Amino acid sequence: MSATTMLSSESGLSRRSFLRVSATAAGGLIVALYLDFPVRAQTPQAKTYPPDAFVHIQRDGKIVIQVNRLEFGQGVQTSLPMVLADEMDADWSHVVAELAPAADVYKDPVFGIQMVGGSGSIAHSFQQYRELGAKTRAMLVAAAAQQWKISAAQCRTEASVVYGPGGRSATYGELADSAAHMSVPENVPLKKASEFKLIGKDTRRLDSRPKCDGSMKFGLDLDLPGMKVAVVAHPPIFGGTPKSIDDKAARGIPGVIDVFEIPTSSKGTAVVVVADKFWTAKQARDRLSIDWDFSGVEPADTKQLRAKYKELAATPGNVAVTRGDLSVLNGTSAASRIEAEYEFPYLAHTPMEPLNTTIRFDGDRAEVWAGSQFQTVDQMAIAETLGLKPEQVTFHTEMAGGGFGRRATPDSHVQREAATIAKRCKGIPVKLIWTREDDVQGGYYRPMFAHRIEIGIGADGMPLAWRHVIVGQSLVAGTPFAAMLIKNGVDETAVEGAADNPYEIPNFTLTAHHPTPNVPVLWWRSVGHTHTAFVMETLVDELASRAGADPIAYRRKLLKPDEKRMRGVLDLMDEKSASWRNHLAEGHAAGVACHECFGTNVACAVDVSIENKRPKIHRVTVAMDCGIAVNPLTIESQFQAGVSFGVSQLMAKGAITFKSGHAEQNNFDGYTPPYIIDAPVAVDVHIVPSTEEPSGCGEPPVPVISPAVVNALFRLTRKRYRTLPLLSL
Amino acid sequence: MQTYKLSVNGQTREVTADPGTPLLWVLREDLKMTGTKYGCGISACGACTVHLAGVATRSCVVPVSLVGNRPIVTIEGVGEDRVGRAVQDAWVAEDVVQCGYCQSGQIMSAVALLKSRRQPSDEDIEESMGGNICRCGTYVRIRNAIKTAAQQLA
Repeated sequence: MSATTMLSSESGLSRRSFLRVSATAAGGLIVALYLDFPVRAQTPQAKTYPPDAFVHIQRDGKIVIQVNRLEFGQGVQTSLPMVLADEMDADWSHVVAELAPAADVYKDPVFGIQMVGGSGSIAHSFQQYRELGAKTRAMLVAAAAQQWKISAAQCRTEASVVYGPGGRSATYGELADSAAHMSVPENVPLKKASEFKLIGKDTRRLDSRPKCDGSMKFGLDLDLPGMKVAVVAHPPIFGGTPKSIDDKAARGIPGVIDVFEIPTSSKGTAVVVVADKFWTAKQARDRLSIDWDFSGVEPADTKQLRAKYKELAATPGNVAVTRGDLSVLNGTSAASRIEAEYEFPYLAHTPMEPLNTTIRFDGDRAEVWAGSQFQTVDQMAIAETLGLKPEQVTFHTEMAGGGFGRRATPDSHVQREAATIAKRCKGIPVKLIWTREDDVQGGYYRPMFAHRIEIGIGADGMPLAWRHVIVGQSLVAGTPFAAMLIKNGVDETAVEGAADNPYEIPNFTLTAHHPTPNVPVLWWRSVGHTHTAFVMETLVDELASRAGADPIAYRRKLLKPDEKRMRGVLDLMDEKSASWRNHLAEGHAAGVACHECFGTNVACAVDVSIENKRPKIHRVTVAMDCGIAVNPLTIESQFQAGVSFGVSQLMAKGAITFKSGHAEQNNFDGYTPPYIIDAPVAVDVHIVPSTEEPSGCGEPPVPVISPAVVNALFRLTRKRYRTLPLLSL
Repeated sequence: MQTYKLSVNGQTREVTADPGTPLLWVLREDLKMTGTKYGCGISACGACTVHLAGVATRSCVVPVSLVGNRPIVTIEGVGEDRVGRAVQDAWVAEDVVQCGYCQSGQIMSAVALLKSRRQPSDEDIEESMGGNICRCGTYVRIRNAIKTAAQQLA
């Protein structure tokens, strides 16, 4: 069964929403689905969702709310229930949240599949969960009104109680049974913003306590009767295949059940060990002696790729955007010209919970447990691998230990591996575990990129002409999504944040090349903005320095007139950071950056010094605008931590490199995310008050931090940093 | 295979395992105590931190054969202790967790810190927490929660 057949004909996708989402992490998939199905013009709001699939009120008053998303740190397991509970007038202390299994009803109202990506959880389900809450409330009121033989209009609700005239009252728990027999209302009024009781209020996460006492079960913690564990020896070069396998020593280890070959997503072959336990399986894998055949496989080599990318960047690519006339660049003198080359490495996501999936295949059905960002896609891939229909595959959404895009693979390669293994081990639940080494060396990285920019500066110090070339792998080339996401030979996810930058540059051309080295790539938290924001915000800073201007004032001047939200966050950041920026300690410097992605505008200022030849980030002030702030506490936390995640790009060991086809890093000792000492010491987050529709907060914290830090470093060293990772200062 | 008597959270537990099996996997797979997490297997991330005779230890690199009679405390048992409970409560009060996968290890490291220094400085925190990776990046709130717990215990 192909992906397209899963799209319900009532998909809420319109051409407009496609255009809006196409450059997001999830866009590619949707577009492909969209392509093959003429979609009815229908807004997401026009769809109806049965509340009983989302809310279960128990007789004791407990309210169980289904969350149609994976929870992997972003806090949606708390924030979506807040939205529903608010409209329902539920007593928050009675609310518990569950992660919904894969089902049509839980598909993203905009994307049309069940998924987390593109920072869309709140953006796409806010209205949906409000309506669900309001409908549930209306049914409870209707039940009370019927019981008391009065009209619904005579009732009011508060904290899980319906109140009627004459002191009558009934709890939601008491009304639950009769409310279930009420018809679901078509249209319900929603609250005014001034009536919100939960939305906009700092609300602690529902999943904290079990994550602090060891009782939370993540996918990797799953234990089923008779369960076995599989570990895979992947070819050390993508696409490799065993010439010969000596598995005698492996099979000799007590507890080893089976050793066999499976196909890999890179058209190679891997060797699986199934054993009673992980440690047994890993010991056995270590004892496999495999002679690999790499004939016909192109070995990636990052040193060669850097040279090739640099060469390509000096030539025009396919045009993403062009306006005005670049010929003014020809006459500009060196004094009024910037030429800059940037390099960005491959980045692994390395979520803390290593990748895993558990499947039991019973011949005519299968059961799956996985922390997946793409339930619909993964369910289909598993079904296809097992020769089943998706509805024969029960898919449980497991709590996931991070993801950052890594659990949203269009090819479902981990799930396909798990399904292939489960097929062979029919009737036995098998948990596939990727070790950290498999994860670091297994591909699906943020691609390497090179940028080359020439800027002609006008007499007023503002950029007059800007030629920009971006070189890097497409995330969707060679997939069914390419036809729609690649326009004029340009993958939008490679140029987003630069092609559509917020600055007024009269003569501007951005072109792109997409080479195709043999390395699987994937969206990494904030996707193209990871590199485009760095380039744009460091160059704008350089322009400001050249002009002798304050970097914030310069940005205000350079922003397009309609960039109101960006001005708003710049102003708020300026106001909140002015006191410390004007009183920096000896040896410290401030740097700033601003960027918009996924509809959320962010500006930040950083206080940086150099300690042990590394940037020490003493303080970060962030101002952001995401429309209505559903849970300000979660937003604060997302931004505090998200900027630390963004520091990954600056880590000295923050790169995956290849030599003769082999990844040169295999664990956290070689590819090192920020530790506490690398992360900002303090981060204050300021939210622009807003009543506009909410946008996402998962990805927007990431892009701004690394340019802000190197902009500060420039003030300390007078050097511009254009190659990441940031080696010794 | 060998049989070992381990003291885990105050209870004696008997396991039969290959002597080289890391304590992490004995806890997770033999004793079904999955609060202690696997993150790297090379003591580089701290997700597997437990207390071994009171010392914060990466259980992914300690073979079960070398544990001996040293008492083991894991995230499942650390709340029995006053300091452990204060740290867990502070983590909840400060809304520290995001994905939460690393937090068992973070809490075990923080408890060990607060047992040796009741009022840790920022430098003490950076040193004691320096080997625990939080990929979500919750470090600012981890610092705050340690200070909150320290105040609570003062």
